[in-house]
Amino acid sequence: MPDLQELFDQSARAARAARYWSTRTARLMIGVPDYDTYVAHRRAKHPDQPIMTYVEFFRERQQARYALGKGRFRGCC
Amino acid sequence: MSTINHSSAPQTKLLWIAVALLGAVAFAIVALNRGEAVNAAWLVIAATCIYFIAYRFYGLFVANQALGVDSTRQTPAARHNDGLDYVPTNRYVLYGHHFAAIAGAGPLVGPVLAAQMGYLPGTLWILAGAVFGGAVQDMTVLFLSTRRDGRSLGDIVRAEMGVVAGTIAGVGILLICVIVLAVLALVVVKALIGSPWGTFAVFCSIPIALLMGVYSRFIRPGRIGEMSLLGCLLLLAALIYGKTVSETPALAAYFDLKGETLALIIIGYGFVASVLPVWLLLAPRDYLSTFLKIGTIALLAIGIIIVRPDLQMPSVTKFIDGSGPVWAGSLFPFLFITIACGAVSGWHSLISSGTTPKMIENETQIAFIGYGAMLMESFVAIMAMIGASIIHPGVYFAMNSASGLIGTTAEQAAQVISAWGFVVTPEDITQVAKDVGETSIMSRTGGAPTLAVGMAQILSSFLGGRTLMGIWYHFAILFEALFILTTVDAGTRVLRFMIQDLIGNAVPAFKETASWTNNIIGSALSCVLWGYFLYVGVVDPLGGIWTLWPLFGTANQMLAAIALTVCTVVLFKMKRERFAWVTVVPATWLVVCTVTAGLEKVFSPNPNVGFISHAIKYGDAIAAGQLLAPAKTLGEMSRIVFNDYIDASLAAVFVLVVVATVVYGLINIWRALGNPRPTAMEIGLAGVAAGGSHA
Repeated sequence: MPDLQELFDQSARAARAARYWSTRTARLMIGVPDYDTYVAHRRAKHPDQPIMTYVEFFRERQQARYALGKGRFRGCC
Repeated sequence: MSTINHSSAPQTKLLWIAVALLGAVAFAIVALNRGEAVNAAWLVIAATCIYFIAYRFYGLFVANQALGVDSTRQTPAARHNDGLDYVPTNRYVLYGHHFAAIAGAGPLVGPVLAAQMGYLPGTLWILAGAVFGGAVQDMTVLFLSTRRDGRSLGDIVRAEMGVVAGTIAGVGILLICVIVLAVLALVVVKALIGSPWGTFAVFCSIPIALLMGVYSRFIRPGRIGEMSLLGCLLLLAALIYGKTVSETPALAAYFDLKGETLALIIIGYGFVASVLPVWLLLAPRDYLSTFLKIGTIALLAIGIIIVRPDLQMPSVTKFIDGSGPVWAGSLFPFLFITIACGAVSGWHSLISSGTTPKMIENETQIAFIGYGAMLMESFVAIMAMIGASIIHPGVYFAMNSASGLIGTTAEQAAQVISAWGFVVTPEDITQVAKDVGETSIMSRTGGAPTLAVGMAQILSSFLGGRTLMGIWYHFAILFEALFILTTVDAGTRVLRFMIQDLIGNAVPAFKETASWTNNIIGSALSCVLWGYFLYVGVVDPLGGIWTLWPLFGTANQMLAAIALTVCTVVLFKMKRERFAWVTVVPATWLVVCTVTAGLEKVFSPNPNVGFISHAIKYGDAIAAGQLLAPAKTLGEMSRIVFNDYIDASLAAVFVLVVVATVVYGLINIWRALGNPRPTAMEIGLAGVAAGGSHA
């Protein structure tokens, strides 16, 4: 049943994509951008400098979201 | 973007004509109905069609023609790409981020309060306000900030209109913060008074957040998904166990609290949350409330579409004359003040100049994110309006009128409300309380409980039936309380920063944000500021919301007026004055509304509206040695007078801030007209390789 197989593959691909994008969106909603993008950026642009591990990255982003400063308003009203 | 090229195809044209026709029919059914109940589905269809047409034909026009977005221009995300703050981000992901940042309690509460005039006036303002005001403001500020490296609104005002105008705007932002925090906290207090179930569930969110904080810090660092799932499950358990708590008198006694106690607890909580390390309490609570917020909004939308309830509220009630019991004031200007978020919210201008502009891939995406997210927020307001309008109007007024007006028993309330023309029996009122598992639902002002009843009716009719109504009601209360409290603790920190900045001008050592002494003094000061208004609102015999909500709305619209004024000034400085009407029209409307409302709040001879005449009325009574209800002692009488003068001063300051901003705006427009060259202070040039949409 090749058709069914293809349909299955397609749905699996769609589900993976949906999961990928919704995870990214959910993470950015709480102020954590994509870690892989960060790593890729550091590798490409600053190959000589250290790269934060995911845990360090997460902590840095968490701190930055609530850092005292301008432009950190959220949750309107 | 590509939409424009496609739209010339005949099929696309036909599609738009169909959308327009469908919207017009749905809108006619909603607006022209006399007598019969209208189905909420028509409201949803009308709103959705209007949003699509508005985005395609007005939003894109403003972006492409008036602002002149430039696809070849480098955005801050590309220029400063650091993988952290500045990251070119897929536009759908960024839309989600931006929407989550702007959505909050405002669009849920304002429309509920506005429903006292019927669903139509509020709905019209939500639609027109968002399409021509709010969405234009959000998008234009996002555009301005994107062209200025993601700088904040305050910085943009300073740079484009001068230091004095910038300082005035700064004071305005500080005041709006104070009043927003106080009024939002008041909504939570009002929802939890005498409700052991709700209070228990909301209190439980604190130890749950602490646990999540420890989990994501030490046990499984950075596992957001696991931590949030754990938090949600525990919260659900707390919600279900809350029923048992409310039914066990020994336990319920601990959580059956008075307003004053709840206010002090929330003030203390705000202080602690602002002083503690963020990973422990603030961040996990924020994560939980963000996900819960988005999930619940989606659930409500699905619920409305599946259930398609009838609107019980008349389209227009007699209270448009200003005699309504929910809040003081007539349709103009106070309806436009009552619904701030959902139509136009100045608060959004702070968010649009926050993190979002640092992540835009390309200027052509500004319309989708700025204008589009605001339309979604406006849709949330429409859903809140539906939630308030599907419940029995008599029950609506029983929930939203202070006990000073409708008495304290269901019999008295039914009699008073029926006399207003909304026939209701005492059983109608007590039955709702019984269904949702509360001892009473009377005088639960503030909007949140009303929306919770509406949501419980919608959700329980396709998930769980009447037996789950109590759970759904308290779920809705919990969800609103949770994200209001997140705003409160995050806002306390922002306020603390602004206070440190302001006082630091006089005492430089106070600017040091890392100092523990400053941290504690600053947090205490900001808690005292908003805590004062919260406490005053709680003990206010008129119910607090009745007095303070118009002040909150004025503050919010004042900020929107400032934001739209600076947008106008920049359009002139860019030599795009031909298109300046896109911001001049909403700015003018907001200035007229806020100044009229502010002046009425100060000077109106009607003591129900004007603070000064109210103070004089009570002052005269004190001089004559009389007590005026609802005050019970002369001490209470003089407190009312004192608070009136504070509120009057605040309203007067709002008016002065708006007028001063407009004057500075006009001066800058005059200067820009006299200069033949563009003078807007943008960063980056056109034609520098910009990021594309490599989604």
